Amino acid sequence: MTGRILLAGAGLFLLGFLVSPASFAPLFQPFTRNNAPAIYAQTSLLSLTLSHLAIVAVAVAASTVVGLALAILVTRRAGREFLPLARTVTAVGQTFPPVAVLALAVPVLGFGTGPTLVALFLYGLLPVFETALAGLTGQPPAIIDAARGMGLTPGQRLWQIDLPLALPLLLAGMRLTAVISLGTATIGSTVAARTLGEVIIAGLLSSNTAFVLQGGLVVGILAVLIHHGFQGLENGVRRRMGLE
Amino acid sequence: MIEIRNLTRLYAGMPVVDDVSLTVERGQLLVLVGTSGSGKTTLLRMINRLVEPSSGRVLIEGVDTATLPAHLLRRRIGYAIQGHGLFPHRTVAQNIATVPRLLGWPRARIAARVEELLDLFQMDPAAFRDRMPHQLSGGQAQRVGVARALAARPDLLLMDEPFGALDPLIRAKAQADLKDIQRRLGTTLILVTHDMAEAVALGDRIAVMDHGKLLQDDRPARILTDPATPFVADLIGTADRALRLLSLIPVGAIAVPGEAEGAPIAPGATLRDALAECLWSGRSALPVEGGGVVTLDALRAQARHP
Amino acid sequence: MARLQPPAVLFALIGLAGLALPLVQFKPNRIVPGEGVGLLALPQGLAITGAVAVVLIAACAPRWPAALRLAVAAAGLAGVILSLGAAAAHLVPPGNALARVAPASGFWLLLLAFGLMGTDAVNRLKPGLALRWQMLAGALALAAAILVSGALDGVSVMREYASRRDLFGREAQAHLALAFGSLGLALIVGIPAGIAIFQAPRLRGPVLGVLNILQTIPSLALFGIMIPVLGWVAATVPGAARAGVSGIGVFPALVALFLYSLLPVVSNTLAGLSGVPAATRDAAIGLGMTRAQVLAQVLVPLALPVLLAAVRIVLVQNIGLAVIAGLIGGGGFGTFVFQGLNQTAMDLVLLGALPTIALALVAGIALDLLVQGARRVPA
Repeated sequence: MTGRILLAGAGLFLLGFLVSPASFAPLFQPFTRNNAPAIYAQTSLLSLTLSHLAIVAVAVAASTVVGLALAILVTRRAGREFLPLARTVTAVGQTFPPVAVLALAVPVLGFGTGPTLVALFLYGLLPVFETALAGLTGQPPAIIDAARGMGLTPGQRLWQIDLPLALPLLLAGMRLTAVISLGTATIGSTVAARTLGEVIIAGLLSSNTAFVLQGGLVVGILAVLIHHGFQGLENGVRRRMGLE
Repeated sequence: MIEIRNLTRLYAGMPVVDDVSLTVERGQLLVLVGTSGSGKTTLLRMINRLVEPSSGRVLIEGVDTATLPAHLLRRRIGYAIQGHGLFPHRTVAQNIATVPRLLGWPRARIAARVEELLDLFQMDPAAFRDRMPHQLSGGQAQRVGVARALAARPDLLLMDEPFGALDPLIRAKAQADLKDIQRRLGTTLILVTHDMAEAVALGDRIAVMDHGKLLQDDRPARILTDPATPFVADLIGTADRALRLLSLIPVGAIAVPGEAEGAPIAPGATLRDALAECLWSGRSALPVEGGGVVTLDALRAQARHP
Repeated sequence: MARLQPPAVLFALIGLAGLALPLVQFKPNRIVPGEGVGLLALPQGLAITGAVAVVLIAACAPRWPAALRLAVAAAGLAGVILSLGAAAAHLVPPGNALARVAPASGFWLLLLAFGLMGTDAVNRLKPGLALRWQMLAGALALAAAILVSGALDGVSVMREYASRRDLFGREAQAHLALAFGSLGLALIVGIPAGIAIFQAPRLRGPVLGVLNILQTIPSLALFGIMIPVLGWVAATVPGAARAGVSGIGVFPALVALFLYSLLPVVSNTLAGLSGVPAATRDAAIGLGMTRAQVLAQVLVPLALPVLLAAVRIVLVQNIGLAVIAGLIGGGGFGTFVFQGLNQTAMDLVLLGALPTIALALVAGIALDLLVQGARRVPA
């Protein structure tokens, strides 16, 4: 219960800060030096936040659609041959550092939002694919047996049994992806994507800790809120299925 | 001699073991029986101080166990539990050597002891010494668990449902082997079980517990013929108590001079075996190997409630 | 389809696309836009292209044994990399220091095709642990041999390297020091912390809660926050500055990476210890082990695989995150990446990014093998 109150408080604080950043100036003043501005004002924080969220949302949505589609593909009879390969590629792919992927995307896509989207999409693909795969292959044998015994076709089994049962795990994968992407997107600003990383980098360049703090704070609170949002959704789905 | 004096253990103010006193003679095999939650396991664990008593004392050969450091006390007391609790990352030999190593025995003595114990439990040392626990069958793992408990020649062995994870066929053999080894080594043994049949098969004495209280503490025959409370009677089960009673007595004890037809029965077989043989072959008397007969009438007399 | 091997068909399609696209990008100098050059435009290009295409298509036959596929994949990888070097040598006139040759989409796709083919072959071979180690060592030796041979010296990444050999060595050292140093610190602090919260369940919620919140701070911000925080510590805490604490240089990056590493180490230590069966712990205590003996002889050895898994997570993650140190003057390969991004010098970006990826990849595979080795003992 105290957790929820804290969460709601953090959300309200974030909302207030984004709507009227200037009123929070006294809070950040102690972290500035030489009368530097306490609040980042080159661009509206609200619009940066929205742009940041939009990039993350698009990337997560794309990773989810593609990751789920791939997971379904390799668990069908026709795609079985790809399953071990897909598992290995997923494991190996996750060792690729997101910053390096971001940098490598620049020559192909140029500066701006493009490389960030691609890096986030590729990086997000892996957790979604992995958890979707776990959800689709981890059904209790008794359920699969029962479904087959009642005469469900493979297609019916996928839509009526496998996918609904995999939903909590898929949501967990999306949560992981969203939280990682939220942090990684800040690095996108090094290649000129419009994200909250802009505020942090401005702070780093001008040695203004207040900027670094407010950029980090907004992203951090967003991450916590999104994490709990997804977790609530997961728990709801689980409860409805009687898994908890 | 183990003396348990007014032992009590409270959890959140409620007694789990309630003022229990018991004495176990040297070399005796005492079985603690009760349903789950009866306090039997807690009582056992207070003897090696895995659970500290709330009040009361345990004396081993007159020495109050509370005066010894707990880990040193435990190294003198063998301990074997359900599901064996073998260390999965150590070989069979290393598992058995645990307490001797803690006690700082020389290497050669430990190796010899491991060899001796594997032989005692009918496991070929060459084949089993270097196996890992996951490479053992349930029955083998259980024997290694008991061997480990006996490694440092403890005077007292505590066992908590040691046969609980075994299937019935292996269990009967394991029980017989344990009884045999306990007799040979003369180890004092306190064993916890929920299974009255196991208690009757093994125990020199049976102590029945319920709700933390000791209800009855007596020889198996007395427990069967003279249950102290309705609960004890329930635990025995009334359906086959006559047969259980017969299973406690060897044929040799009631053999009388005489002659009878058919295949003879061993004098060490129980009266229950003799009765079954009479019914199966339709005879009213069986010859006993080495002379004498056992008659159906005598069997009936033994089984009747005194 | 039934008579073909589906994964091999995919590899062939990727590989053929790679053959059709430009192998390298050629620029007469750094400023003018580059032009793509395909394998066909090189001497013996037709023969090489034809041979690669034939092998890729032939490999679709289901009869091919996995060992042969692996050999083909290894030869293919080496061949593609050598063609890159050959293309550079061919395109750049001798003595010309301005012309640049960088790998292009065709090169990456061919690399991907043969890489996937090799991975698939290894999966099918199911080699034992020892053989896997040998394969890893073999791959590393082959890569080192190609780099040392000078076959790639004409490629612009290698020319960037040649002009900064000393700097590269220093930044490589800094990168390794950051990744391994933060891991070491995290182990020194995290394992005892994990043991402590294992023994005191009441502390679990608060400790893991704080570490979780640390993870939500974006890496860029955490690195940035460390600069003033450590600067303040160095200035105010007596002796801190002399002990090496500083708000500039490598120290803030090291601390930031250390803080990120704590959660995996602490939570995996807890999970590993909690995963030891209750009967095993009970037996250990019941046989008369002291608390320290139970911990050292039973709990820690049994928790080791889970702990090694944390080491893998942390090491791979830190090798990647250490790049960000380049942005705050902490050194490492990130220095090249961000310098390159600032100057739109992609060869310089590659000089930072490729070793980082290679390092993360090798560390990930090696630790996976270690974890598997540790798991095999208790099964």
